[in-house]
Amino acid sequence: MSRYLKGLALAALIAIPAQAGQLGLGREATPAEISAWDIDVRPDGVGLPEGRGTVAEGEEIFVERCAVCHGDFGEGVGRWPVLAGGQDTLKDDRPVKTIGSYWPYLSTVWDYVDRAMPFGDAQSLSDDEVYAITAYLLYLNDVVDDEEFELSRDNFTEIRLPNEENFFADPRPDIAVLADGAPCMENCKDKVEITAHATVLNVTPDEEAAGGDNQSDAGEPLAASEVAAAEPEPVDPELIAAGETIFKKCKACHQVGDGAKHRVGPQLNNLLDRAAASADGFKYSETLKASGADGLIWTAETLSAFLEAPKMYIPKTKMSFKGLESADDRAAIIAYLGQFNE
Amino acid sequence: MTDNRHTASRRAFLKGGLALGGAAVTATAARGDDPAIIEMQPWTSQLGEGVDARPYGHPSPYEAEVKRRNVAWLTADPISSVNFTPLHELDGIITPNGLCFERHHGGIAEVDPANWRLMINGLVDKPLVFTLDDLKRFPRVNKIHFLECAANSGMEWRGAQLNGCQFTHGMIHNVMYTGVPLRYLLEEAGLKPNAEWLLPEGGDASGMTRSLPLFKAIDDCMIAFKMNGEALRPEQGYPARLVVPGWEGNMWVKWIRRIEVGDQPWHHREETSKYTDLMANGQARRFTWEMDVKSVITNPSPQAPITHSHGATVLTGVAWSGRGTITEVHVTRDGGKNWDRARIDGPSLDKSMHRFYYEFNWDGKPMLLQSRAIDSEGMIQPTKNELRKVRGVNSIYHNNGIQTWHVRETGEAENVEVS
Repeated sequence: MSRYLKGLALAALIAIPAQAGQLGLGREATPAEISAWDIDVRPDGVGLPEGRGTVAEGEEIFVERCAVCHGDFGEGVGRWPVLAGGQDTLKDDRPVKTIGSYWPYLSTVWDYVDRAMPFGDAQSLSDDEVYAITAYLLYLNDVVDDEEFELSRDNFTEIRLPNEENFFADPRPDIAVLADGAPCMENCKDKVEITAHATVLNVTPDEEAAGGDNQSDAGEPLAASEVAAAEPEPVDPELIAAGETIFKKCKACHQVGDGAKHRVGPQLNNLLDRAAASADGFKYSETLKASGADGLIWTAETLSAFLEAPKMYIPKTKMSFKGLESADDRAAIIAYLGQFNE
Repeated sequence: MTDNRHTASRRAFLKGGLALGGAAVTATAARGDDPAIIEMQPWTSQLGEGVDARPYGHPSPYEAEVKRRNVAWLTADPISSVNFTPLHELDGIITPNGLCFERHHGGIAEVDPANWRLMINGLVDKPLVFTLDDLKRFPRVNKIHFLECAANSGMEWRGAQLNGCQFTHGMIHNVMYTGVPLRYLLEEAGLKPNAEWLLPEGGDASGMTRSLPLFKAIDDCMIAFKMNGEALRPEQGYPARLVVPGWEGNMWVKWIRRIEVGDQPWHHREETSKYTDLMANGQARRFTWEMDVKSVITNPSPQAPITHSHGATVLTGVAWSGRGTITEVHVTRDGGKNWDRARIDGPSLDKSMHRFYYEFNWDGKPMLLQSRAIDSEGMIQPTKNELRKVRGVNSIYHNNGIQTWHVRETGEAENVEVS
């Protein structure tokens, strides 16, 4: 019996009301249900599925699905995570914690990419694609140096990350405790000087300086006339609601509505009837810019064609979205976006 | 839009209309009659809204500034980000549900409770699936606990940075949870003899996972479905979340859908790449679970200056420890030369926030305010420099150092550090 099970028996005697054995609640999980949800992977390889992928295959998928946030070489775009480099920086003033410089286990990469990436389209990669992306990340971090290297379940646990040995168990308490002596209460020091000021940095959000609070956030009712002014032309509300739900797929990269800003993708207010690649201050792909210059206007028709298969419609667009197959879904999202045309 | 009381008082205050100068004004004005009394107020003569107007009530419009706030530059995107509890606006120990800080890794999952399931699998006699109705047929418990993000005060490791206790200490909330002890669910499935670790997993788009040692799970963890008496808010894991009292907030998996039982930890992303504490020598601590003893003065503080003249003054704040209860809180007004004991008021509960007060006569002179808490395990809240001496400045997490507010003659306060 493990020490925790002994603890379990002991805990039953104290603290919380005793449960009269098993209550017969719940039902047995089926093998298919367990395999649908039990996707986790451990450092010893337990949980890895069959599959394989090479560095070269991984590069192609990474550029397509991941580079928009992480950069083609894992260098990170904006504040999105840096995935490669940073070796020998952990003692620096600004350590760069990447898979190669910091992460202890490769299984963590596989598990996380598989369960949570790409951001906004989680669990859409095949097992082979996750192996390939993981292989490419090993290559970017100089853990493997051959573009033909193939990562698979068979060789997975042979790969060790460089920083594995630098993690250790929590040593707290590491600061003086009461048993070392009660803290001083009187005449504890001769003089006190201020050594740092937060206001010197001036990085605290200041809503008044930024043009006032958005008071509607806090439950302040808007005047009826303000609401009316913001109402769009009447369109099928169910279609708009459906579009809003589908737009969740886009939200990782695009903002729309009051205060929408460019993120990974451009803000989408007033999208309909505007020329492609025309939102101020956003760096579009060369191909989209060229289409805009050639006279491409975003209408319900052109937008629908683009959203069906973005990379077919605009080759080399930076938008790493595989597209919406359903015409109904496309109509809904266009109806939703249409609300944000003034 | 009318000014609410906060902006009104703060603006007047910043123009020098209150505080010391204000004392004389008040004395003169006191000879006249107060229009708030002499003139009829609209709420006295006119009827208000009826009981159908507010089926789910909201705070007064005059409280519009009492809200969570974000620090936009901290993260790449608001979908995977954090906002902060307005500690300086609260009193007592309970955080209202709508003000509990949020930390999401893949946005707020909008889970349909009819399609919510909790699976327990792995090293169990019988893998089980529970519905929400099943969960509510187990015996329940009610517990008040704080939830603190391990990175609370993490922006302050290198020095005073954010000017307000909402931002320096607001990744914490304290609510009453209703739920089922996790032990009951594990017993229902039956643990195999080699069970030592659990992997709770969220159903959100980040698929949040953390390795949880079994001893903690059977000690005091629970699956909660209510907070402060009502259903969990979507941003807090509706319809059910894991409660891990006293341990770092990241482990309190929201929108929980599965618990796997195993014989070793999984070393997933949130316990390797993140939530490990990098020391100055380049090595990193892992599985640093307990949130250590900590306190902060919430009033006065940079967002809540003193707006009255010298004389009777109430200082208040909160203290907590992931290792037990708070036994003492000390307050200094001179940056740590001399300390007094503060008064703890309200419930003193295990791994819960405690409220302290310190009433004094302010002489109108500048102050360097600090609070220092001691917990029932004899742990003493350290200074920030004591922490830095041991841990360096790159650890991000577990900064429980003593906070200093510099209060000027005007009553304004600033986040500073002292020698």
